[in-house]
Amino acid sequence: MATYQEFIQQNEDRDGVRFSWNLWPSSRLEATRLVVPVSCLFTPLKERPDLPPVQYEPVLCSRANCKAVLNPLCQVDFRAKIWACNFCFQRNPFPPSYAGISDVNQPAELMPQFSTIEYIVQRGPPTPLIFLYVVDTCLEEEDLQALRESLQMSLSLLPPNALVGLITFGRMVQVHELSCEGIAKSYVFRGTKELSAKQIQEMLGLMKPAASGPQGRPVAPQDPSATCRFLQPVHKVDMNLTDLLGELQRDPWPVPQGKRPLRSTGIAMSIAVGLLEGTYPNTGARVMLFTGGPPTQGPGMVVGDELKTPIRSWHDITKDNARHLKKATKYYEALASRAAVNGHSIDIYACALDQTGLLEMKCLSNLTGGHISMGDSFNTSLFKQTFQRVFSKDYNGDFRMAFGGTLEVKTSRELKVSGAIGPCVSLNAKGPCVSENELGVGGTTQWKICGLSPSTTLALYFEVVNQHNAPIPQGGRGAIQFVTQYQHSNTQKRIRVTTIARNWADAQSQIQHIESSFDQEASAVIMARLGVFRAESEDGPDVLRWLDRQLIRLFMFHLRRSPFLQVFNNSPDECSYYRHHFVRQDLTQSLIMIQPILYSYSFHGPPEPVLLDSGSILPDRILLMDTFFQLVIYHGETIAQWRKAGYQEQPEYENFKHLLVAPLDDAQEILQNRFPMPRYIDTEHGGSQARFLLSKVNPSQTHNNLYAWGQETGAPILTDDVSLQVFMDHLKKLAVSSAA
Amino acid sequence: MNVNQQTPMASPYGQPQPGYGQPSYATLGGGYPDPYGPYNGPSTAYQPGAPPQGYSPYASFPSKAVAEIPVSDLSSPLDLGSARGPPTSAPPPVSTPQAYSHYTHGDTQNGPPPMNHPMAQPPVSQPYSQSAMNLSGPQSSYPQQYGAVPPMQQMTNQMSGMQISSGPPTSAGLGYAPRPSSQPLISNTYLAAAPPSYTQAPPPVSAAPSQPPPPSEPAAPQPYYGGHPALQQQQPFPSSAPLQSQPFPFQPQTPPVSQQQSFPPGPPSQQPFPNSASLPGPPPVSYADPHPTQQPFPPRGPPPTSQTGSFPPTSSPPAQYLGPQPPSQPGPPPYLSGPPPRGPMPPSSMSQQQANHLPPGSMQQPPQPGMQGGYPPQQNGECTWLPTSLLSPMRYGFYAVFSSSGAFGQPRGPQPGYGGPQYPMQQNYGAAPAPAPPPPAQKRLDPDSIPSPQASELPAVQKSRHRIDPDAIPSPIQVIEDDRANKSSEPFTTGVRGQAPPLVTTTFQVKDQGNASPRFIRCTAYNMPCTADMAKQSQVPLAAVIKPLATLPPDECPPYMVDHGEGGPIRCNRCKAYMCPYMQFIEGGRRFQCGFCSCVTEVPPHYFQHLDHTGKRVDCYDRPELSLGSYEFVATVDYCKNNKLPQPPSFVFFIDVSYNAVKSGMVNIVCQELKTLLDYLPRENPEVDSAVRVGFVTYNKVLHFYNVKSSLAQPQMMVVSDVSDMFLPLLDGFLVNVNDSRMVIESLLDQIPEMFADTRETETVFGPVIQAGLEALKAADCAGKLFVFHSSLPIAEAPGKLKNREDKKLVGTDKEKALFQPQSGFYSNLSKECVAQGCCVDLFLFPNQYIDVATLAVVPVSTGGSVYKYTYFQAETDRERFLNDLRRDVQKPMGFDAVMRVRTSTGIRATDFFGSFFMSNTTDVELAGLDCDKTVTVEFRHDDKLSEETGALMQCAVLYTSCSGQRRLRVHNMAVNCCSQLADLYRNCETDTIISFFSKYAYRSILNTPTKTVRDTLVNQCAQILACYRKNCASPSSAGQLILPECMKLLPVYLNCVLKSDVLLPGADVSLDDRAYLRQLVSCMDVSESHVFFYPRLLPLVKLDGGSLPMAVRNSEERLSKGGVYILETGLHLFLWVGANAQQELLSNIFGTPTFSQIDPNMTNLPDLDNPFSKRLREIIDSFRSQRSRYMKLMVVKQEDKTELIFKHFLCEDKSASGGASYVDFLCHMHKEIRQLLS
Repeated sequence: MATYQEFIQQNEDRDGVRFSWNLWPSSRLEATRLVVPVSCLFTPLKERPDLPPVQYEPVLCSRANCKAVLNPLCQVDFRAKIWACNFCFQRNPFPPSYAGISDVNQPAELMPQFSTIEYIVQRGPPTPLIFLYVVDTCLEEEDLQALRESLQMSLSLLPPNALVGLITFGRMVQVHELSCEGIAKSYVFRGTKELSAKQIQEMLGLMKPAASGPQGRPVAPQDPSATCRFLQPVHKVDMNLTDLLGELQRDPWPVPQGKRPLRSTGIAMSIAVGLLEGTYPNTGARVMLFTGGPPTQGPGMVVGDELKTPIRSWHDITKDNARHLKKATKYYEALASRAAVNGHSIDIYACALDQTGLLEMKCLSNLTGGHISMGDSFNTSLFKQTFQRVFSKDYNGDFRMAFGGTLEVKTSRELKVSGAIGPCVSLNAKGPCVSENELGVGGTTQWKICGLSPSTTLALYFEVVNQHNAPIPQGGRGAIQFVTQYQHSNTQKRIRVTTIARNWADAQSQIQHIESSFDQEASAVIMARLGVFRAESEDGPDVLRWLDRQLIRLFMFHLRRSPFLQVFNNSPDECSYYRHHFVRQDLTQSLIMIQPILYSYSFHGPPEPVLLDSGSILPDRILLMDTFFQLVIYHGETIAQWRKAGYQEQPEYENFKHLLVAPLDDAQEILQNRFPMPRYIDTEHGGSQARFLLSKVNPSQTHNNLYAWGQETGAPILTDDVSLQVFMDHLKKLAVSSAA
Repeated sequence: MNVNQQTPMASPYGQPQPGYGQPSYATLGGGYPDPYGPYNGPSTAYQPGAPPQGYSPYASFPSKAVAEIPVSDLSSPLDLGSARGPPTSAPPPVSTPQAYSHYTHGDTQNGPPPMNHPMAQPPVSQPYSQSAMNLSGPQSSYPQQYGAVPPMQQMTNQMSGMQISSGPPTSAGLGYAPRPSSQPLISNTYLAAAPPSYTQAPPPVSAAPSQPPPPSEPAAPQPYYGGHPALQQQQPFPSSAPLQSQPFPFQPQTPPVSQQQSFPPGPPSQQPFPNSASLPGPPPVSYADPHPTQQPFPPRGPPPTSQTGSFPPTSSPPAQYLGPQPPSQPGPPPYLSGPPPRGPMPPSSMSQQQANHLPPGSMQQPPQPGMQGGYPPQQNGECTWLPTSLLSPMRYGFYAVFSSSGAFGQPRGPQPGYGGPQYPMQQNYGAAPAPAPPPPAQKRLDPDSIPSPQASELPAVQKSRHRIDPDAIPSPIQVIEDDRANKSSEPFTTGVRGQAPPLVTTTFQVKDQGNASPRFIRCTAYNMPCTADMAKQSQVPLAAVIKPLATLPPDECPPYMVDHGEGGPIRCNRCKAYMCPYMQFIEGGRRFQCGFCSCVTEVPPHYFQHLDHTGKRVDCYDRPELSLGSYEFVATVDYCKNNKLPQPPSFVFFIDVSYNAVKSGMVNIVCQELKTLLDYLPRENPEVDSAVRVGFVTYNKVLHFYNVKSSLAQPQMMVVSDVSDMFLPLLDGFLVNVNDSRMVIESLLDQIPEMFADTRETETVFGPVIQAGLEALKAADCAGKLFVFHSSLPIAEAPGKLKNREDKKLVGTDKEKALFQPQSGFYSNLSKECVAQGCCVDLFLFPNQYIDVATLAVVPVSTGGSVYKYTYFQAETDRERFLNDLRRDVQKPMGFDAVMRVRTSTGIRATDFFGSFFMSNTTDVELAGLDCDKTVTVEFRHDDKLSEETGALMQCAVLYTSCSGQRRLRVHNMAVNCCSQLADLYRNCETDTIISFFSKYAYRSILNTPTKTVRDTLVNQCAQILACYRKNCASPSSAGQLILPECMKLLPVYLNCVLKSDVLLPGADVSLDDRAYLRQLVSCMDVSESHVFFYPRLLPLVKLDGGSLPMAVRNSEERLSKGGVYILETGLHLFLWVGANAQQELLSNIFGTPTFSQIDPNMTNLPDLDNPFSKRLREIIDSFRSQRSRYMKLMVVKQEDKTELIFKHFLCEDKSASGGASYVDFLCHMHKEIRQLLS
């Protein structure tokens, strides 16, 4: 195992790939018996400080329907200057520039350590990054002020040549013109009227350039002045925009008592999408929506403005009582598709105590690779830091974001692509390696990922199509090539190519090998994604049942309890939020999400991970739980009392002080790196916030069985949920009785 | 006499004609054949319209009286004379030939008809014959109006010339030039005839017959058969009879006494003329010739010229028109000799003449006034026109016998203004005046009485006898002057029921004694008929022109404010009339009986008061609502929309910033002006800042709203491109208090012109603009006014988009009316919404081409707003006018969200309303805005009998929100008498108001009725009114007399002005937009504005010393002296006409340059010169401007300059280029109509 673990780790480090199986069953039949399909988690832009991009074009296989990129797995005849494609076996001559190639003079892409390689290519003129702020003004003054400051701050984080635009909305939608001197101009749209993209562009006066520009090409360069009135380089409008933001007023329209403010989120987004569509199609752009409540009017409205009508709950949804749900969802999906087509990604920063309609709007981000951040208020560090972190930079000083990515997957003949799950949309690229059996977003070998970050991870599912009666020769290897084209945040166009290969194994003869190549962590995440994907697209109970059937074999107790699948206790918005992040984070983070990590701090020794069990909740411990979304520091009863008594202030109890500080430091470390910022909770025994912890731990002790367990330590959880023990018992029973 | 005359007339005509014909014809035939041809064309064209009329008259005539026919014959000759008038105009010559040819034919034809007619006539009484004469005159006049006339006139002229030396007299005609000439001729003839008729009816007749016959025969036939129209038109000329008076002066030279005789002599004279042509003829000939010759006959032409030279007045006109004549002048010498006699007269320079005349005029007038004193002068207060022509040999001579002072005085009045010849006349009169007055006394005696003066005048023979002397027909100027002289000294007290107020042209003070001041309400009749039958019979419209918020002069107290406390104003329980002096308190004051519905209502305890012994409340004079005609109530919350006290109103400015608007400089000007103008928003207390909030929007194809919140450093612009579904993009900061946001607003106004300086956008929207304003007011929950500065037809894709539908081909057709209707219903619906919100729209248009005023004005008109139009706006020249209009419009006091209700006493009720407003039901006039210049005209009809004791009461209550946001009720009460005698009705009516009503009625009718029908209806109604008077009120007299009620003697001239107005009779150069613009403008004019609009004020600029204005002259080119400078004011336009021979000193004083040619015709303001004359002149101009609700741009018109055409358009007594009849023609026509109705 050790070797496999190392292998897995090495592969992940180098290629950003984790397969569920690292030996592949050589026939379809065997593969299906394995329940967990051959699949992988792939992080296309995994940070590779050690990987310098090469400054030339990749060499492609000349076969029209292959076009695989020259890679270390290819057989090369240095004398004939010919290489054979390892996917289609086409023999290709090297291009003239490779004339000097030889055994000792190989291009990088042929070296084994460059199984992942990045090319910088010249495709058209460089286009600056575009950031379009879409700001809700129906906020409390305090919130608005905080948001204003965050936005003003963000201007300083943007590269000077980045284009920036501002749309504000409330009852009306205002598109602000940034180029003007003197009078601040804005175009105003009413928030209730749906407009076609053409109308929007017409009304914004964008039609002329659109007419002159060739289809599908950015027109910006020709008519910067005409198209850019709303999108201006930061360095030009810095002051202007700062003032504008500073003067940003709360939506002035009166909100009668008992009503919600009228919020035209739907139209605002439609205008944002339309604006970019008309000016910078196929150019990396980020629409950032800041909203403080649910859309309450116009298309895309999630709830009416009557306060007496609460926003939909799971209950309403189940009972089909959510009037606007389907319509709004459909509306935002259409918008998302449009944005995706043009390579624009959409972020949603929703800060409100109540739901904000993420359930309906989530596709805006999900399909375009945008972020979703959910918080209680813009005036919290959660939002402020999350937002700030969007603009964090990597070791090169570049943004950790990339735009307009397309991921293409090529497989060797024995494999076909079933689908992908992640922040992507299908490009509907049919090809020989498209499987008819769809898992996730399938039916294609190419996906568009409008917004990418180094941690963006897709789950890709494959199908072994080799027939049982056509065995693969011993030592045969299957290969998969991932080709990711994207716009780097420094506006370069890049192509990253990752080519991997795994050995085929006969399941009958080498079952142990296959077993040992199983990557439990990856599989868990991959299956969980599948579950989430199904949960998103199908009815809840059905998914749970499906999952149960799968889980019987996987024992994923926590996943079943996670907010990704379990909607109880979570609002629809929260679920959407959690799921959004689950399907895009890398393996480590995903695992945390599935099974939160619990550390215990005590005087008894260094911090130690403990079971996520109610039994771990002891009076003299401090617990640190990381669920990815929340970071909970829980002070046990005794500790809490001590802390209250102020012992930590007394010099003689310095050790206690250290104890108190230790989890804080650890938490800080986590907070530093995580995106989005987790909700940071500092609580204690009996605190209301302790619920975050109690809801996660395995309810081994409940009010029902407290005394039966008879342990003196631990905290009883007031829940009717079954504990892991019961779950396991039940599983065993099932496994024995109905293991069909 | 008449009989004799008639018959003789016919014969005489025939004879004279021959005489005329021979000489003239010969010449004519020689020279003019061709020209006539062309004319025929037109004449025929016109004929279609005219013929019917002509025919109808004929039909009636023949049947009625043979006499008429002869008369007609007679008239026809006259007509011919008039026809010549046209010749004066350039084209005429051509026509003349044809005309002549026609005539010849006509003559032949006529010859027979007359014969027949005479036959028929005999049966008819002589009077009839006379009437017939007159009728014929009138008939002819019709045709003339239509245009065919010209040729006829020419013919007549020739005829006249031929026949009578009078022809020469037409020299006056020369003076008159084009139009005048035609008339003059006739007039001369008429004059000649007239005098005779008066003095020696028989003789003249005989004389006339002898001479006239020939012409009459020929002429008559023509009119009847082919050229009816023409003939008829010509006849109108006869109406010019007044001229006779003028000619008479000349005659004076000849034996004054003989004048009368002269007429008879006239005939002889005529003969002489023919002779004169050869011998003595010179003078007369000269006249006769002049006219005919002027154009047609060169030889004659000379004479005129000579005349011109000799007679300043005459000369001037001729000079203008008769450019060609000069050449003929050679002939003049002899003629000149003729003139010489006049010469003496003329010698007095224009100025002198005027001076002289003026005195005489005044002299004359005074007597008249005296006469008129009450209605005293004439029992009926009537003006009688005697078609003396019949009497005398003259065929057409109309005698205007103003039984009252009227007749003579008037004619004289005009004279003053008149040219030289007239002056002499006047002088004569001056002398004669004494005699003249007597005639008035004679009143109806007309013929006799008048003759004498005329006789004296007869010398006028100089002028063509065929004409009616314009000075003999009722003169507006005279009436105005008389009224001014009589009524301006004493304050007008409103307490006397049924008393007509002074004319609008008179300056007077009002004392409110229980009825509303005439400044608030003017009625057409102050004695209403008791029954519907009477009303129907008289056809006098019963209407009131109400100007609820009229501004009062400083020396009059604005309506008092009455507060009846929380319960609100006390009202009748049943009809809801407000407490007013007509409420009768009974039962010791515990109850009151409503004067309107007679219902008895309890007096609320807090309002109780004891009665004195007369049954009056003790506190009667302490309470305005019990003692005054006009007052205001404080309205309670019950009177407010949604039972909520109103917010102060808001003003929103919408500035078109499309290419045209920017380029014309409009945007810049508006923005500059608003910066200062905003300090003058209306307020009730000058100490306090105005409560009115303001907002700003610019627009082209899209709208730009501006946030000018005081807290902003810079204004913010919000563009709304979604014009298909307008909305207000911002709330807070759009409507602001000026003082709070001053900095931001100024910054905005500074930047707007810059921002759009380079705009390329040419398309505009309009509907969304108003929608936006409406939304803004809705959002602010207040009433208000939108100021829209708009430049072009809104063709951009948006609601209310319009297309260019101007189609000149439709003008004059039955489809024409569609052009006055809005293109779509969009704006009508929009205006409903506006009214509901109290959103008044004022529209300032700056079009360079068709902009469809008819449609764009729908909203302003329905919301009580105003439309201002500045076609081809140019910053340099139109800036001042626009800015003054804007300033006034912004500052003027007004009420918002108003509802007006007119309650009347049982028996009548308000049935129809005219003005700028909206009505959702039949009783409530809803005005989103009501300013101090707006009037609402209400027509009343009987629904029961009225009683003479109680009279008819009306109460106009206007509920409105003041500019400070206070809800108020303004109440105007008006009581008029009721009469069972028609005479009373005619004695107490106001022609100005009637005309105002007629014009509004007609202007609205053209929306649904072909314009021609509207005109005919007007003429008809007017004729019925006058006929009814003649039939029921006038003392018996010959049918040939045109008898006008004193109060209505100006009805024909004013009505003619209405008929000729651009709206009803457009010239080729009048655009559809202009017409639509004027149409809506007139609809809410008050009487004073409509009066000057239809009959402009024309002042000679002489000796502007002292505080008084020079006496106006009549609106006719004849009245202009080439050596003078005149100012003409229409309420919309202001002209300064400079005669080509104006004195250098005069020019220096006015323009600072002594040379005519150096005067810059483009100046819009006179140079600021430091001399008394210039100062006074500028003062006068300023005062004119301040009197009108719209600023009048000064236009300097140099004689014979291109722009003179525009100026001439406003000389409304003259024939208009678009075919409108001259006053004289129309009067004849009217006479004919009346006679037709009577017979």
